[in-house]
Amino acid sequence: MKILIVDDEQDVETLFLQKFRKEIKSKVLEVMFAFSGEEALRLLGEQDSPEVVYVFSDINMPGMTGLELLEKIKSRFSHIQVSMISAYGDRDNYEKAIKSGAKGFFSKPVDFESLKQEIAELLTNK
Amino acid sequence: MKPERETMSTSELISKITELEGQIVKLTKQTKSDVSKLKTQQNRADEAVNDLKVIQQQLLQQEKLASLGQLTAGIAHEIKNPLNFVNNFSELSMDFIQEIEEELEKLNDSTEKENILELLSDVKSNLHKIKHHGSRADSIVKSMLMHSRGGTGTMDPTNLNDLIREYVNLAFHGMRANKNPINVDIRLDLDESLSKININAEDFSRVILNLSKNAFDAMRDKIAVKGSAYKSILAVRTKDLGDKVLIVVEDNGPGVPDEIRDKLLIPFFTTKKGTEGTGLGLSITHEIIKTHEGSLEIESELDQFTRFKITLPKTTT
Ligand SMILES: Nc1ncnc2c1ncn2[C@@H]1O[C@H](COP(=O)(O)OP(=O)(O)OP(=O)(O)O)[C@@H](O)[C@H]1O
Ligand SMILES: [Mg+2]
Repeated sequence: MKILIVDDEQDVETLFLQKFRKEIKSKVLEVMFAFSGEEALRLLGEQDSPEVVYVFSDINMPGMTGLELLEKIKSRFSHIQVSMISAYGDRDNYEKAIKSGAKGFFSKPVDFESLKQEIAELLTNK
Repeated sequence: MKPERETMSTSELISKITELEGQIVKLTKQTKSDVSKLKTQQNRADEAVNDLKVIQQQLLQQEKLASLGQLTAGIAHEIKNPLNFVNNFSELSMDFIQEIEEELEKLNDSTEKENILELLSDVKSNLHKIKHHGSRADSIVKSMLMHSRGGTGTMDPTNLNDLIREYVNLAFHGMRANKNPINVDIRLDLDESLSKININAEDFSRVILNLSKNAFDAMRDKIAVKGSAYKSILAVRTKDLGDKVLIVVEDNGPGVPDEIRDKLLIPFFTTKKGTEGTGLGLSITHEIIKTHEGSLEIESELDQFTRFKITLPKTTT
């Protein structure tokens, strides 16, 4: 299963790769990264790109915000699940995200256990 | 010449003059009183202008505080992200060391293995320390954010005793970290039978901070007068009153003089010099208690104590 992480902080990549080290090694999970909303859309739009089923995106990013990305993904690739990750655990963003079709809302610092659970659920539902 | 003038007798003239004189005296008096009325009015206007100036000054101070709050929120946010990485990476590394140790156990015993295990255990304990202090910094950043974000206005079931413990402590450490720290004996007597009550925790923590800060300021003044023979005490109590909760914040400071007792809750009323106080602490406190449908009572005896008694209904919605 392939997921895409979108965050402007580059160290997020290292963090995820290490956190999901076992799953990645055993090929249960394939993780891609984009450092902006624009890059994420480009990656998803590439024809030969294997199917990404789940996108986790930061909300607060320079350029396209996570909420904008969420709307674009939902209209262009409606089959892809999207969850938001925000440092601002506020109701406002939460409500906007859910209204725009986000599956989940995680606040930073990310609780990797709940994230793993979310991904595990997706794996069993497949 | 006109005939009337000619016909006026001397006596008539004199009486006319006297009459005119009387009028002049009257007019002069009138003018004098007018002038003095004008003067009092001018004084009043001057006073009003002065009052306005003071209020303007205080508003400016308020604005400064507000922008300071925004700045704090900005800084806290900027710190939060790198801090998350510190905490996350240290946690991850602890997990990895755990795994390394498990792998090592599969190898044959040797002095090298012994050595590696020893070093790893040191690294692990260092990582624990990094994580511990990172979490500490994180909780400070969180409370900074909480205070500058401003209330969202929602009342949630809250453990009042925990909130009091946390914010009396925060007020104390804030005071200790600022100029002129004082020693205070903090006595918490919290009714542990109290179940969660519906309050806006963000706002209510401000009440605890304001009252604690006022107590510290007052006791600092008493220390300046009495010297070290005086031992300052801040006592905070909670009590379950059935359908209500009583919260008492009491200090053994200088007390509040009768003349100003009624003024304490008025916005901008302060006895603190210069920019030391905006005089808003208690009015904000009162405001917050009112939105919780509670009441605030002040009791004080000069040179003995000042006691703020808050009563909150348990069923605020
Ligand atoms: N515990 C106390 N003991 C004695 N006097 C007090 C106490 N608490 C408040 N006061 C008096 O009430 C006044 C108003 O308090 P308030 O908290 O509203 O404003 P402030 O402390 O002067 O300024 P700010 O809270 O904005 O920094 C104080 O200046 C002080 O004179
Ligand atoms: Mg005050």
